[in-house]
Amino acid sequence: MLSMRTLRKVLLVAAFLAPNVIGFLLFTAGPVLAGVVLSFTSWDLLTPPRWVGTTNFVNLLGFYTDIDGSLQARDPDFWKYLYNTVFLLLALPVNIGTSLFLAVVLVKKIRFSNFYRLIFFMPSILAGVSIFYLWRWIFNPNYGLFNALLAAVGVEGPGWLTDPLWVKPALMLMQCWIGVGGTGMILYIAALKSIPAELYEAAQMDGAGPWHEFWAVTWPSVMPITFFLLVMGTIGGLQSGVESVMIMTGGGPNGASTTLGYYIYTKAFVDFEMGYAASISIILFFIILILTLINWKYGGKNVAD
Amino acid sequence: MWPIDMKTRFSKTSLWHLPLIGMGLTCLLPLLFMIVTALAPPEQAMKTSTAISEMIIPRHYRWENFVEVWTIVPFLRYYINSVFVALVITSGKVFTSAMAAYAFSRLQWKGRDVLFLLYLATMMIPGSVTMIPNFIIMKLLPELLSSGLPFIDWMGLRFLGNGPNAPGVGRFLGLDSYFALIAPGMFSAYGTFLLRQFFMSLPKDLDEAATIDGCNHWGIFTRVILPLSLPGITTLSIVTFIGAWGSFLWPLVVTHQEYMRTLPVGLQSFQGQYGTEWHLMMAASLLMLLPVMVIFLFGQRFFVSGITSGAVKG
Repeated sequence: MLSMRTLRKVLLVAAFLAPNVIGFLLFTAGPVLAGVVLSFTSWDLLTPPRWVGTTNFVNLLGFYTDIDGSLQARDPDFWKYLYNTVFLLLALPVNIGTSLFLAVVLVKKIRFSNFYRLIFFMPSILAGVSIFYLWRWIFNPNYGLFNALLAAVGVEGPGWLTDPLWVKPALMLMQCWIGVGGTGMILYIAALKSIPAELYEAAQMDGAGPWHEFWAVTWPSVMPITFFLLVMGTIGGLQSGVESVMIMTGGGPNGASTTLGYYIYTKAFVDFEMGYAASISIILFFIILILTLINWKYGGKNVAD
Repeated sequence: MWPIDMKTRFSKTSLWHLPLIGMGLTCLLPLLFMIVTALAPPEQAMKTSTAISEMIIPRHYRWENFVEVWTIVPFLRYYINSVFVALVITSGKVFTSAMAAYAFSRLQWKGRDVLFLLYLATMMIPGSVTMIPNFIIMKLLPELLSSGLPFIDWMGLRFLGNGPNAPGVGRFLGLDSYFALIAPGMFSAYGTFLLRQFFMSLPKDLDEAATIDGCNHWGIFTRVILPLSLPGITTLSIVTFIGAWGSFLWPLVVTHQEYMRTLPVGLQSFQGQYGTEWHLMMAASLLMLLPVMVIFLFGQRFFVSGITSGAVKG
């Protein structure tokens, strides 16, 4: 039997949690369950949904043997776009490395360091639709800033966003411009400031030069941050590219810049294949779930409770 | 002795300015290009082989670009929509997050921390998973409600701006409604997490003192905890506002009527049939970034605290 006191307590907790929990159930938990169910259907929103079992997943991940005996993917686009998405993740190490370099320089007693930090931090705050339009304009082969800069040093730049070879590097370049002064740099600065000075003094007493000092003291001290950034960046990167790609390339040329996120968008809101789109998103969910579990297992101590 | 020391130190650190200046220029050049384009006459924006100096230092000052943006598309409407949607989302999210954070930090109950961790784990659910079902719900909601509760005009066709006297304020619910633009953005595990961090740092004695003074939990929450967590509240408000202000995909998906669009979606209007009008696109983009810029310059430390207290401790 619940005592009056316990009942009051339960009601009290429930009252404070209610606004958030109701929203969570309606717009997150409910939709996730609906998404799982949806992924086993075929639905164009015009005719009633049809239950198709695992057909969507078989079509996405499955292979078949061609007439000539070769193994072919049922949905070659999916694998191509997965490759694109993973390829774009290569910007991440560059991003993290540059962030660390900037942070290391900025925590030195250097003049105007707050001003520099403000300038570097700015792109990550401004990032969004208008910045994507700006970069589409910058990459314009005839009138854009980027090819004008290249021309100044005697290089004839390609049509960045229309060339299948250059479209991914172009998007990665923009990602770096947005990202290097953002979360990574800020976290590194905070971490570097908290490294005890004695560690550096000890290293100097052992006769370590700045280079050795970095690898012996700084690098191990910021390792948790690096791990965190790598995992979070991968998780974010796997879902990314919907807005930037939609605005800058439309996924082209010939699918060379289509990411999984953009594939989901086009399947759902251009082709109206809701079930198929949902099943891609569920696969993405599983990949991210695995990464998150790895993060918890190996980086859990360092990430806030 | 010290002047020599100062001298060596100066020459040592001054070298570091080279990469910093290089990086600073890299950050600023694209933004300067944006400003130059936004101020250029239409024929000037699309001119081949301009010198770089002309691309980053304004030569022309065609302020009319900033006027035309408001006249050739319903830019004011986009702006009002964006301000309204972002403000309601921000206040809603701060309210729901603060309430939940209070329960997760100042109240003692069984299973609290486990439940909180579970809730936190939902942060990694990709947006694309929830977006499709949420869209379908919004699409079907008016029809479902109409068949269930037919005495209310759920379809709201007379509010959709199609008829002669239609006010164009959107439906109550469903696609093309402010409800669709706002409601899904008002709840967040991140916000709860962030405010919980701040609430946890306040001493326990405060609650006891307030209880002795005759405060109930609502009183403690509104009169003690909230005022003392103002930096946390400000951080969450700023981060949420900037996020909602720039939100693109969801508003794109749930609005079809021109007047229901927000700024990021509305920017598309400058991509004409015969190519993008870049001078207007950049002028409009600058107008959209202006509030973000102002908030950033005055509240930089809140962005920093949003990152550092939101991600890693220590």
